[in-house]
Amino acid sequence: MNETPASARTAPVEAGLIPEAATDAAPVVEFRDVSIAFGGPPVLQHVSFSVAQAETRILFGPTGVGKSVLLKLTNGLLRPDQGSILLFGEEISHMPEGKLFPLRARTGMVFQEGALFDSLTVRDNVAYQLIAEGVPDPEIDRRVRNALGFVGLEETFSLYPSSLSGGMKRRVAIARAFIRKPELLLYDSPTGGLDPVTSTTIIELVMKERDVYRTPSLLVTHRLQDAFTLCTNRFDSERNRMVPLPEGETDPNTTFLMLEGGRLIFDGSLHELMHSENPFVRDFLE
Amino acid sequence: MPIDTIENTAKQLVLTVQDYSLFAARAFMNLWTEPRYWPEFLVQSDIVGVGSTSIVLLSGFFTGGVLALQSAATLSQFGATAVTGQFVSITMIRELGPVLTGIMVAGRNASSMASELGSMVVTEQIDAMRALGVDPMRKLVTPRIFACISMLFFLTIVADAFGLLGGAFVTVFLNHQDGTQYFSKAWESLRYPDIIQGLVKPLFSGYIIASIGCFYGMRTTGGTQGVGRSTIQAVVYSSVLIILVDFLVTRVLLALFPPL
Repeated sequence: MNETPASARTAPVEAGLIPEAATDAAPVVEFRDVSIAFGGPPVLQHVSFSVAQAETRILFGPTGVGKSVLLKLTNGLLRPDQGSILLFGEEISHMPEGKLFPLRARTGMVFQEGALFDSLTVRDNVAYQLIAEGVPDPEIDRRVRNALGFVGLEETFSLYPSSLSGGMKRRVAIARAFIRKPELLLYDSPTGGLDPVTSTTIIELVMKERDVYRTPSLLVTHRLQDAFTLCTNRFDSERNRMVPLPEGETDPNTTFLMLEGGRLIFDGSLHELMHSENPFVRDFLE
Repeated sequence: MPIDTIENTAKQLVLTVQDYSLFAARAFMNLWTEPRYWPEFLVQSDIVGVGSTSIVLLSGFFTGGVLALQSAATLSQFGATAVTGQFVSITMIRELGPVLTGIMVAGRNASSMASELGSMVVTEQIDAMRALGVDPMRKLVTPRIFACISMLFFLTIVADAFGLLGGAFVTVFLNHQDGTQYFSKAWESLRYPDIIQGLVKPLFSGYIIASIGCFYGMRTTGGTQGVGRSTIQAVVYSSVLIILVDFLVTRVLLALFPPL
């Protein structure tokens, strides 16, 4: 199911239009038969998948199916009842909280509503990890301005989150997740509740991170449009905007997962998703 | 079934006590290992210490005044109004200063800690902090506990001092007695065990206020309504625990330093 047609992978790569497919190196994240419940029926059951180096995995599913729970399991914010989770090759499902912090510091996470610290300025929010590490102030200011420049929000440097719109908060959250050049990015519905124009801006930022820095990521969404945009476009660094891939081509490093009733019912490429026989997948797409 | 309800409530209570004990112990032990967040400690010391000074000062002053009024009325029946100073100083320093300060600060700060941390929990800011690789226990809880312990110690001294002044004000201006006699009796009657008793209690109260406030804040569930519930629980349980622990500490200290 994971296999993409060879022609779809090689032609655009040879043409230099899209990056090479994910390598065979050890996966950044690996779920092995993971289940979790919160005192009621199981939220996730026997979920297994992996995220390879430079791979972007888009996790689909209706609301309340456990997508955010899966994302929080990935960096140890929640612990599974059963199964094991490997993050950067280390088993984290029973790892003490104290040992998890250095691993989490290597990941970036964008929360559904941004989860900015409302008592801190945008500068201090974006620089949160750098401040905790004792980086000198001039260095922090420089890196924060770079990160805010990446998301197009340099002018918000001294503002508080309460004076930002929903889309701006989400972009600041992305800047906060990017600032330390993480080795894995986790996006929890980054476009949820936003207007189409702002959603496209956010997806463009996700694409920029994918194509410029080749950071592996796991993106949760229930918006098909965002997923298809990510799959059928690439970021052009020279023009500093996304451009469509040639007709019929898709990004080989962007693949899909779908959850239904706590179970993973699909794991594969866009081509396989579009041709899936699974009735739930068909319903979801239609 | 009523018996099931009792069983579940009992289990819930034991579980909460266990969770609180682990939480409070972990927060305390964090001070002895890196990383330590000293700027957070200073900020919290300012919020708890400087911010609570006015309410502690006023409550101390009027409590001392009331003590002088009540004691003078009773003591006059025995012709012993001269010992008003002794009565006020012993009562304020040994008992009312520490307990009242603890309860006033609990009302102000246990509630603010619970609501602040509770709001952070429901808006995923605590999860965001953990995801950024920063331990919320070290960053948020430990500085609050140690700021509260150290500030409550000084606030109790302020409450004691203003309680004595309140007593003096009533003695001189309302009861028309001699101020010098009041202060000399207040001073002469004090022994070191009285002062030790008065200054040991706020260390426990400070620990209770911050640990209970943070505990209920960090386990908030149920959105904004949950924040309100956590705030109420924090104030109620910290106030009751302060009085309970005051009783136990008094019992132990009286055994260690028996009255003459």
